[in-house]
Amino acid sequence: MRNIAQKLACHLALASSILVMSPVASAADGMAILQKDCVTCHNLKGPAPQTLQALWDRKGPDLFYAGNKYRREWLVEWLQKPQRIRPAGEFYGKHIKPGPKRDEIDATTLEKHVTLSKDDAVAVAAELMKLKPHDDLIAKEKIVPGTISKQMGEMVFDKFQGCMACHLIEPDYGGLSGPEVYTAGKRLQPAFIASYIRSPQAWDPLIWMPNKHVNDANIQKIVNYLELLSQGGQK
Amino acid sequence: MTNSKIIMLLAAMFVAASVQAKENAADNYKTYCVQCHGMQGNGKGVNIRDMSVQPRDHTDAKAMSTRSDADLFKVIKEGGLSIDKSVLMPPWGDTLSDDEIHDMAQHLRTLCKCKFGS
Repeated sequence: MRNIAQKLACHLALASSILVMSPVASAADGMAILQKDCVTCHNLKGPAPQTLQALWDRKGPDLFYAGNKYRREWLVEWLQKPQRIRPAGEFYGKHIKPGPKRDEIDATTLEKHVTLSKDDAVAVAAELMKLKPHDDLIAKEKIVPGTISKQMGEMVFDKFQGCMACHLIEPDYGGLSGPEVYTAGKRLQPAFIASYIRSPQAWDPLIWMPNKHVNDANIQKIVNYLELLSQGGQK
Repeated sequence: MTNSKIIMLLAAMFVAASVQAKENAADNYKTYCVQCHGMQGNGKGVNIRDMSVQPRDHTDAKAMSTRSDADLFKVIKEGGLSIDKSVLMPPWGDTLSDDEIHDMAQHLRTLCKCKFGS
């Protein structure tokens, strides 16, 4: 009888320790993975590059404000099945070469992103979402839910603002030195998109995306357009 | 030292620390201009395939000599629309300082090997 009681107590203690420990263990794993596999290419602590040399040496997007930038569900999915977002990598200047018609991407210099298991992706996304040093910039944005036709959105993005010069709006249409934007609506928080368009330099002082002084109305239209684009919509 | 002098000194140090260091024109060109104007400055950048208006060839002495230094400064700082050119040329006034833009205009003169009106 005493043996059974002891075994039961032991099992209960083990079970409760697992229950208590599991969320902590998961969070610890997320940080451990970030420290082990991510820091060589991603800046997790900030600040953003302060010199061109530091900008050129950057191998992947800064993640120290990941919690202000990404959608958690997108991170979880993408980390398990990474697809290239920056056609010319980062820094783009290190991955291009002169070609017969124009400069071309030198694909041999681009590296594949690591792939995580579902558990690791969940843990890493949870840690990344805690990194929010720019709540102040996000708080300045007021996103009004709205819709826009694809045609009008494309007019604003392409013709009026000229954003497609550097960004792909379809897998094979647009510029290559910036990140593609046809999945931006799924990838990014709307207030981040708005804030970054308003002032790329507020997030990344030396970034090669210019501040085009886009007004509030057009920022809203672009946010709505990117949302529509990421849904593959034709509204 | 009086308190007001100390405050002024601290303020001056803060301003100095918050201003980006000036970068040279060749490095700025490599970072910001090459994406459209090309690694060789010939207007054949990696971005141009789908552009409705092609970027200026900075090695084209004939075309570049029609632009004054003031025009070059204005178009870099305020963008293509400011001199009735394409919206695809963006304003770089929030990225580069006036000093850096002046240096860039001179750098363009070395690429075209030309001067205004010559």
